[in-house]
Amino acid sequence: MIPLSWYLILAAVLFLIGLYGAIVRKNAIAILLGVELMLNAVNVNLLAFWHYHSQLNGSIEIKGMVFTAIVILAAAAEAAVALAIIISVFRSNKSIVAADMNTLKG
Amino acid sequence: MNYELLTWLVPVPPLIAFFLIVLFTNKSNKLSHSLAIFSAGVSWLISMSIFIWAISPNGVLKQPLTSSINWLPTADTFLKIGVQIDALSAVTLFFVAWTVFMIFIYSVGYQNFGQPKGDHDLPGLQPHGATISDSSGHTHKVMSIEPMYARFFAFISLFAFAMYVLVVSNNLLTLYIGWEIMGLCSYLLIGFWYAKPSAKAAAIKAFLTTRIGDVFMLIGLAALYTITGSLHYEVIFSENILHSLAQSTSPVFGLSWAALIGILIFIGVVGKSSQFPLHVWLPDAMEGPTPVSAMIHAATMVSAGVYLAIRFFPILSAGWEGGTELTAPMLIMSIIGSFTALFAATIALAQKDIKKVLAYSTISQLGYMIAALGIGAYVAATFHLVTHAFFKALLFLGSGSVIHGMEHGVFHTNEHIDPQDMFHMGGLYKKMPITFVTFLIGGLALSGFPIITAGFWSKDEILSGAFNGGFIIVFAILAISALLTAFYTMRQITLVFLGKPRTSAAENAHETPITMTLPLVVLSFFALGAGWAGIPEGFPVLGGKLPNWFTEYIGSMLHGGEHATEHHSLVPLFTSLIVSLGGLLLGYLVYQRFKKGTDDPLAWSLGNFYRVLENKYYIDEFYTKVIIKPITWVAEKIIYTWMDLKIIDGVLHGLSNIGLWLGNILRQKFDLPIINRGGDNLAKSTRFVGSEIRLTQTGKIQDYMFLALAFSLLGSIVFLIIIL
Repeated sequence: MIPLSWYLILAAVLFLIGLYGAIVRKNAIAILLGVELMLNAVNVNLLAFWHYHSQLNGSIEIKGMVFTAIVILAAAAEAAVALAIIISVFRSNKSIVAADMNTLKG
Repeated sequence: MNYELLTWLVPVPPLIAFFLIVLFTNKSNKLSHSLAIFSAGVSWLISMSIFIWAISPNGVLKQPLTSSINWLPTADTFLKIGVQIDALSAVTLFFVAWTVFMIFIYSVGYQNFGQPKGDHDLPGLQPHGATISDSSGHTHKVMSIEPMYARFFAFISLFAFAMYVLVVSNNLLTLYIGWEIMGLCSYLLIGFWYAKPSAKAAAIKAFLTTRIGDVFMLIGLAALYTITGSLHYEVIFSENILHSLAQSTSPVFGLSWAALIGILIFIGVVGKSSQFPLHVWLPDAMEGPTPVSAMIHAATMVSAGVYLAIRFFPILSAGWEGGTELTAPMLIMSIIGSFTALFAATIALAQKDIKKVLAYSTISQLGYMIAALGIGAYVAATFHLVTHAFFKALLFLGSGSVIHGMEHGVFHTNEHIDPQDMFHMGGLYKKMPITFVTFLIGGLALSGFPIITAGFWSKDEILSGAFNGGFIIVFAILAISALLTAFYTMRQITLVFLGKPRTSAAENAHETPITMTLPLVVLSFFALGAGWAGIPEGFPVLGGKLPNWFTEYIGSMLHGGEHATEHHSLVPLFTSLIVSLGGLLLGYLVYQRFKKGTDDPLAWSLGNFYRVLENKYYIDEFYTKVIIKPITWVAEKIIYTWMDLKIIDGVLHGLSNIGLWLGNILRQKFDLPIINRGGDNLAKSTRFVGSEIRLTQTGKIQDYMFLALAFSLLGSIVFLIIIL
């Protein structure tokens, strides 16, 4: 039986990798990958707690799994939108370097 | 027929005509005068049907017709206005309708309708004549049409409206409204030729002089309303109100309220009916066109004054029973009336202008009426009012016809004379036969020629009222003025119509058109016939043949009939016969041999006194010195240079300087440093902060993300610190 803390550590590591990737990478697609990674870290957390919770109570609930599935669905939709934006940016800028997308500069 | 509605409608047509002429038809002379005459005709028709109904047995003899509507809401009740027909207003309506209608028709001819436009006529001046040339190339001068023709008809329509309002109203409020509109119209019409300085001055004089009376009258009305709470005839002339007014004491000289109000109202009458000492405006009012003189001095405005006095007789005489001591207002009225009658008659002796003679004679005759009222001869005063309206309108229109004929002669001969001066006339009976006959009728009526003229009956009734009432002094004064009246009337007729022409203009005078002679003929019928309605029963031979309708009818207005004692003496009758025939004969004898170039026979017989009369007792000069000069002096020296320039202007300038100084201080100490600089600094600091914060807005998504991370960490740390 793998203790809960391992999962949490895994999720934290995943999250930090994603965060690091989202902050330091220049490529917009890579940033998107980082964001996806962070989302999945959260999913891992969710599943871990759900499992732990049902073990404790001794009853089987599916709420946690459903929740996670919804998050994955939303992430997929979000990825599609984000990729579409990136493509349209690429068409106009011939570049997907995030630092060049600064039209909102004050 | 619905006479209540008809009574409401009497004043309406002339008002509509006034507005239509002013707003729409003023470009067309023909349309304007047709409208005015049509409206006067409609009013005449309505008035006549009301009159005929009113004198019928089921008319207003027992119960006056009144009708009121609510007008102004006051706190818990309404101020009401309305119309009323009783014996007095029916009779007044009768003569007003006739004279107004005749004057409207006459004005068409007098203002030269159908004549060509003048060569250099200007609005505001009398027409100066036009030059026309006939087929042979011969040019000659003829009369020209009045430049402001339509305007004239608009004004007289408004005037007629006001008079009708005054006659049919059943309360003093609408009466006063009509009264004041007439004041306005008389101002406008006397100053009709406003570019003439004398006409302008006369208009202002008339307006201001009558205004003096009007102010007192308004005070009287206000006092009456305060005490009785109503201005309706049926309320204020009811027995118990009259009784309480006569009993209560006012704060002025211990007079009763009835006497005080009566005196105040009577001052209004003095102004309107041109009694001494406010008579000065009426002779000057002759500056207006002659139909206006007829309108103001015979048919309407001056009659309105006497009408009001007659209307007010119950209050004027409150507390007086026949034979007892006269009330204060009655005493004042009899003194002023008889004095004015004599005074104006003497002035009329020495006047040269044909219209001035008639003006002074009007003042004198109005004095008669006022004196008659003053001694309680109520019916006689009303009777004289009616007959006088007819024959004085006739005389004025006749004199207008004479002037018109003379002007024709003046244009024809190019002579430079005053066409109104009687000494330039003479022999006109051949040239203007219709005018002569009608003027003679009017003149005889004015002098009281026995039996056949209306003036005889009414004057005789006043004289017998004075004699039988025991007012011998009044009787004597009125008899003397009757003598003078007959004398100056005959002087006028002789100078104008008889003898030989004294100027070539008079030789070439010309009868006036039908529109002018027709009204003369109609009015002369009334100047003769109006007297037959009131032949007293006690009159020798004729008395009792015709019923004394007028006395019965008008007498019904008084509670319990007339107070005058009912014994008849032949003294007044003989007196009036002697004075009228004697005056006429004397006038004829003195003036029949009058030749061109000689002085007025009165001038050498009266000597210096003639100068005094010619200058109207120097009353105008006296008023100028004693009233007008000091007032202008006060106005200029004290009010203008001292009060206005020094005090009021000084205070205003001081105030403005203080304001300026205060404003400067506020600007220097408050506005500039605090408001302006504060605002500037606020803007500056905002801009500075903005430019500093701007650095964070890089537009790079990862910077924002980093910031978000940093702030979430910071937030978490703060949160942890707070929690722990």
